Amino acid sequence: MALYSEKVMDHFRNPRNVGVIEDADGIGEVGNAKCGDIMKIYLKIENDVIEDVKFETFGCGSAIASSSMATELIKGKHVSDALQLTNKAVTEALDGLPAHKIHCSVLAEEAIKSAVKDYYDKNGIEYEKEKFAACEEGHCCH
Amino acid sequence: MKVYVDNAATTKMSKVAINAMLPYMDKVYGNPSSLHSVGQEAAENLNVARQTIADILGCEAREITFTSGGSEADNQAIVSAARFGERKGKKHIISTAFEHHAVLHTLAKLEKEGFEVTLLDVGEKGLVTAKQVAENIRPDTCLVTIMYANNEIGTIQPISEIGEVCKERGVIFHTDAVQAVGHIHINVKEQNIDMLSLSAHKFHGPKGIGVLYSRKGIMLTNIIEGGAQERGKRAGTENIPAIMGMVAALKDANDHIDDNGKKLTAMRDRLIEGLLEIPHSILNGDGEKRLPGNVNLCFEGVEGESLLLLLDDKGVYASSGSACTSGSLDPSHVLLAIGRPHEVAHGSLRLSLSEENTSEEVEYIIKAVKEVVEYLRGISPVWRDLQNGKREYVIG
Repeated sequence: MALYSEKVMDHFRNPRNVGVIEDADGIGEVGNAKCGDIMKIYLKIENDVIEDVKFETFGCGSAIASSSMATELIKGKHVSDALQLTNKAVTEALDGLPAHKIHCSVLAEEAIKSAVKDYYDKNGIEYEKEKFAACEEGHCCH
Repeated sequence: MKVYVDNAATTKMSKVAINAMLPYMDKVYGNPSSLHSVGQEAAENLNVARQTIADILGCEAREITFTSGGSEADNQAIVSAARFGERKGKKHIISTAFEHHAVLHTLAKLEKEGFEVTLLDVGEKGLVTAKQVAENIRPDTCLVTIMYANNEIGTIQPISEIGEVCKERGVIFHTDAVQAVGHIHINVKEQNIDMLSLSAHKFHGPKGIGVLYSRKGIMLTNIIEGGAQERGKRAGTENIPAIMGMVAALKDANDHIDDNGKKLTAMRDRLIEGLLEIPHSILNGDGEKRLPGNVNLCFEGVEGESLLLLLDDKGVYASSGSACTSGSLDPSHVLLAIGRPHEVAHGSLRLSLSEENTSEEVEYIIKAVKEVVEYLRGISPVWRDLQNGKREYVIG
């Protein structure tokens, strides 16, 4: 189908890092079933490094592909680097998304931020609240 | 296996239709408005075509206007009836919440001009009643426009009963019959239909051609201005090859309407039965009063687009809602109209059969959909929450 790039279709058909981490150090869930997208990210963190990451997504092809790509981009990275991941980087790594699907990459960025925030909260690590503003808003349709 | 089950979006042209078109491209190629013999030969053929369509619909040839398709016919029907009513000070229109956008958007435009529109509730089954229509007709109602069969969920409305109510009350009755013509028996006079829209590519004819039937006495308002074609009510040189293809396709569809209907109904019911074996799935729209080829279901915990893309990988070409709304993020207005909540409406699948499909294909589709739904549920956090009891099932 010409709707998506080959990269998007590859990550949609063969998503990387699908699943659940039972003893995750940080879990982030964003989106709303009413809007047709929910992403859940699980992080396993050791010494502030993301040792493992898994995701579950309810959503369209680009939502699944964005989750898959975002997990690839942060795996093995320091959590502070993972926080730098932007939706633009996810979109570029996927060789672009249709304009009306850009919100899927935004959701992926926010899911990761939300998981890192959960890790910080659980471990009593201090952070700048404004960096996580989007996670607090109770995300919905774009 | 490659299985095309998106016939409500469009159909493959039949050989009958293609062959009927060919002579009108290089042999009878004249402009019917030309006075010379070449043009007049085309004009004569056009007359025969118009009469054939009229005979099939049960009306007179002069009540047939050729249009570019269903959307144009819907636009012209509604605008004409509105202008006709407006002259008598009648500016109220009755329709339903789940019409095609060709109807809904035209009505929205008229609302901005000061018309008042009542959209009838279609209930969980996707059906309106003649009683609802009767209760909502007012002295200033100028038009009732209700689709014959819904394009997404295939439910067939009680058109004859509605036609009777409209006739008694002296209100123009238009029906968008794009999904119905060629698939179920229609007779505009017997059913008291004043205006009807149809489109050729829904019954194996060519794209870009359709018909507006309009009972004599209803003054049509031009949507396209120009020459005096179609009694001056629709300008533009007639698309004769397409008209010939449409007539041949409609005749063919009508000649086999009962046999095709039986075959399709059997395949449809087997598909529904097989797919409802999937836990937490539900049929959208009434199971009986529906087009012979329409299947539409929702699967909880699954999103429609990813379902379609993975079915495409398996060679099953289906749709989620109507083709016209793909690219939109909003769930189907039809599914919302029958009361499906947003989160469930996102997980819909429409399979629309043609008589070319086979029972082997039906079994293949059932297997493919089961596999894809199971896979997508496996990676869905919504499904996990439903299974863990953290979220309540909407579909029992």
